[in-house]
Amino acid sequence: MIEEINGYDSFIQRLDPRVKIIIAILFSVLAAVSNRFVVLIAALAVSIIILFSAGIKIKEVFKRLIPVNTLLVFLWLFLPFTFAGEHLFSIGSLTGTREGVLFAFRITIKSNSIMLMLITLAVSTPIFTIGHAMHQLGMPQKLVHLFFFTYRYLHVIYKEYTRLVNSMKIRGFKPKTDLHTYKSYAHLVGMLLVRGFDRSQRVHNAMICRGFRGKLYSLSSFSISRADIIAFILMAGFILILGILEWTKTT
Amino acid sequence: MHISEGVLSPAILIGGAVVTMAGVAIGLKGVDNKDIPKMGILSAAFFVASLVHVPVGPASVHMILNGLLGFILGWKAFPAILVALGLQALLFQFGGITTLGVNTMNMALPAVICYYLFGWSTKSSIKQSVFITAAFASGFCAVLVSSILVGFCLYLTGEAFSPAAKLIVAAHLPVMIIEGIVTAACAVFLKKIRPELLEEINV
Repeated sequence: MIEEINGYDSFIQRLDPRVKIIIAILFSVLAAVSNRFVVLIAALAVSIIILFSAGIKIKEVFKRLIPVNTLLVFLWLFLPFTFAGEHLFSIGSLTGTREGVLFAFRITIKSNSIMLMLITLAVSTPIFTIGHAMHQLGMPQKLVHLFFFTYRYLHVIYKEYTRLVNSMKIRGFKPKTDLHTYKSYAHLVGMLLVRGFDRSQRVHNAMICRGFRGKLYSLSSFSISRADIIAFILMAGFILILGILEWTKTT
Repeated sequence: MHISEGVLSPAILIGGAVVTMAGVAIGLKGVDNKDIPKMGILSAAFFVASLVHVPVGPASVHMILNGLLGFILGWKAFPAILVALGLQALLFQFGGITTLGVNTMNMALPAVICYYLFGWSTKSSIKQSVFITAAFASGFCAVLVSSILVGFCLYLTGEAFSPAAKLIVAAHLPVMIIEGIVTAACAVFLKKIRPELLEEINV
């Protein structure tokens, strides 16, 4: 269930992670605040182009877009009817408005372009690299450590969880809508916490034995190459142009 | 209960990010280096718990457990939830970059509120029945406040969202009851097996 895919060697993957993070954040903010369709469609197009140049399998992308788009389907079900505006179509006594449909459409483009950018970032950069890069970008050290620990123990605890669930199943546990089920799950979570807590103390002791002084060292150092600068200028320029396009709408 | 990307207005995204930054700053202030492995493993445990689906009649809901997290961590719930949601965004694309602030606020603020309302009950001098009630209330209220916050964010973005906002709060009613039961049972379990888990971090 918890899986990462990476390893596709591409131009995007070799970019400096700091550049990728900054670009992804700027891009997401731009897409989130824009309202003009020209801007949004251009943003979507660019996010698709970047996604493809990162060499990710299309099937994988679709799989990752499912959670966002299930939420969007929910929005499509009611937004056209609750938005005041020009009459467009009607189903029974419900009338759909032009504005409502446009609004839902806008949200769909925004969400998907932001998500595609995030997928590109997540797939082309290992999580630990993202952590180190965020630290260099000024994220507090404690938060970065917390990020590393959480990520490291996610898999361990998930394994523990599947082990506990299996042992429940072996003993004939079938989830139903009753107090017994809820109590069993509560004890399952409690057991995860207790074991996690014990493990954390062992981990901490082991770290102290190895001389941990609140600092983590990275084996890989980041360096800005010419490709990074070019990519940054290209993308920042593109984001700036779209920003100007969006901003001049009202004036 | 994630709010998806591109839905909310910029003002609310900024507001959420500011509240989250403040909460994380307060949360991190009390964190010592020796607390970090503990917090990391707890936030990983909560991440995994949110993947557990519990049946409700024919459907199923996943656990949120922000009430329990607030009970154990207090203000430290802010950094813990931020990290867990950040990882969810990177690993599963549940939520993205711009909504991270709002979503963290919607989960962590209720956790902190529950910590102040019910955190006192973890003391060993408190009667068991009072403790169980407080734990139930904590689980219930955390989800209630979360769903109200989500609804409120949507409502402030546009009037058109108000039916959806109401629907979200109503749909979470069964979740609140289940969370209450699970939080209470889990708190009792922890108090019996490892009482220091409820007390030690909770300073």
